[in-house]
Amino acid sequence: MAAVHEISVKDTAARADDLRDLEGDRLVVNMGPSHPSTHGVLRIVIELDGETITKADPDIGYLHRGDEKIAENMTWNQFIPYTDRLDYLAPLANNVAYALAVEKLMGIDDKLPARCQYIRVICCELARVSAHLLGLGAFAMDVGAMTVFLHTFTEREKIYNLAESLTGARFTTSYTRIGGVLRDTPPGWCAAVQKFCDEVLVSIDDAERLLTRNKIWVDRTKDVGIVSREAASDFGLTGPNLRGSGVDYDVRKAHPYLCYKDFDFDIPVGGVGDCYDRYLVRTEEMRQSVRIIRQALQRIPGGFDNPSRELVNVPDGKIVLPPKSKVLSGMEELIHQFMLVTQGQNAPRGEVYFGAENPKGELGFYINSRGGGTPHRLKIRAPSFCNLSILSTLLPGNLMSDVVAILGSFDFVMGECDR
Amino acid sequence: MSKHLELAQRLRDAFPDLIGAPTEFRGEVSLVVADAERIADVCALAKRELGFDLLLDLSGVDNLGDDPRWDVVYELYGVSHGCHLRLKTSVSEEKSELPTVSGVWRAADWHEREAYDMMGIRFRGHTDLRRILMWEGYPYFPLRKDFPLAGKPSVLPDTAFTRPAPLEGGPFITPAGGRDSIAREPRARTPES
Repeated sequence: MAAVHEISVKDTAARADDLRDLEGDRLVVNMGPSHPSTHGVLRIVIELDGETITKADPDIGYLHRGDEKIAENMTWNQFIPYTDRLDYLAPLANNVAYALAVEKLMGIDDKLPARCQYIRVICCELARVSAHLLGLGAFAMDVGAMTVFLHTFTEREKIYNLAESLTGARFTTSYTRIGGVLRDTPPGWCAAVQKFCDEVLVSIDDAERLLTRNKIWVDRTKDVGIVSREAASDFGLTGPNLRGSGVDYDVRKAHPYLCYKDFDFDIPVGGVGDCYDRYLVRTEEMRQSVRIIRQALQRIPGGFDNPSRELVNVPDGKIVLPPKSKVLSGMEELIHQFMLVTQGQNAPRGEVYFGAENPKGELGFYINSRGGGTPHRLKIRAPSFCNLSILSTLLPGNLMSDVVAILGSFDFVMGECDR
Repeated sequence: MSKHLELAQRLRDAFPDLIGAPTEFRGEVSLVVADAERIADVCALAKRELGFDLLLDLSGVDNLGDDPRWDVVYELYGVSHGCHLRLKTSVSEEKSELPTVSGVWRAADWHEREAYDMMGIRFRGHTDLRRILMWEGYPYFPLRKDFPLAGKPSVLPDTAFTRPAPLEGGPFITPAGGRDSIAREPRARTPES
């Protein structure tokens, strides 16, 4: 028979003496810039007292490329590929937001053909599903639930295939043009999107079944990283992070752009503002996006493969490039082509701000134009930049292990934050 | 009167000597605040009394060659009434300084750091006005109009360095308002001009 050892356990009051010895220097931990849970190149300098964070200083800019400077030196259309690289998890939505901002400056945003608007809405919502699927998968993996990531990535792969057949590129789509889109939907694309809608709902349900009532998941996310209503608007949070804190603000509802007012959809809003609420908001947003896509497919002018040749571009030769076949046979088209390529669209003087509801929040463009084909100043209001500014206030008081949960629930992209 | 204009008018009534008539372009209302020194008071009142609880954006604009050189643009939004409002104010190059609004919205904290980092506009009273996108010790302000697109060489020993990018005589753009088509011709520009 095994020997029985007696062990004595000091009560908590007695342990306080031992703990006093530990009150030494605070430990400074350098998290990132290439830590798996910082989703890119975010660096946070964290000061720890034991396991509790006492100070956090986010350090950004590792991916700064000077997009705003570059924009001042090129024509309106030339900047579209740069918008792919802002929130590179939802390039289609960035393309649409930028095009709409320039169109607002030119005063043609209400002249877009209906089919173009419907295609853009479908693109935006596909991008939202894609970005949220990644956000959800990566969030779950960061706090230890590996399976969800595999489910959501299978679905994202299908979105990439759709993007490829629509735009020719899986990742850097550059799909919109000022005044329209690059090309109409290819044959069979709308049907493929409809099929995808049915499939992705099954996967979202699967992911939810793995997480929503999972004890470990709930323990890791519930009441962690609580952002109050007041703090959320004080720090300029937007998107699911703002709505997770209970503020009912979605640009698609508050200021409907494109044809969003034609669709029935709900805006999920959280109650507490913890990581769990932000997770629930994102999950429901994906279902609502699918709902929007289905309605859009039902009503898209011209039908699935556009047999009636509905326009997808503004019929104005000074805005949209002429068809290539006419450039070398028609004088007017040749002139238009030459002017658009060398000088860009002639925008009026003035300044506009346009914000679109992107997956990460409100992606805004402030354009200050002095006329001509280039902006005098183009400021990108990146939602991830604003969302991250709350970290130095939010993190202190939390445990070190909760940092990954909080970062995952904020779902940021550094390409957009650093610009 | 639309709701936007009504709110702008109310703000103007509170500071009649400071704020000019609202201008409207593409459905957006802008107000120019004549004295940058009082921008924080205007913002505080807009937030407290008029419900502009979100500072969406803050950007500096470089009007090189004009006086005053800097414009600072505040993009306000109120969730309760759903109206945008743009406030603009100007700062001269010699001064390059105005009061911070980070005490009104904490969102301004990072936006002001960015405006300082990119343009060199200082915000008085900001508690932590460090560079944010570039590294501490970088010698230039890259979004100024007199900073070339290609960049300038800089060295900060053991930390970072920059070299101009090979632009092959670019950027190949056509600036608006050239005298004639030759002056507007893309390749006629030297990189520094």
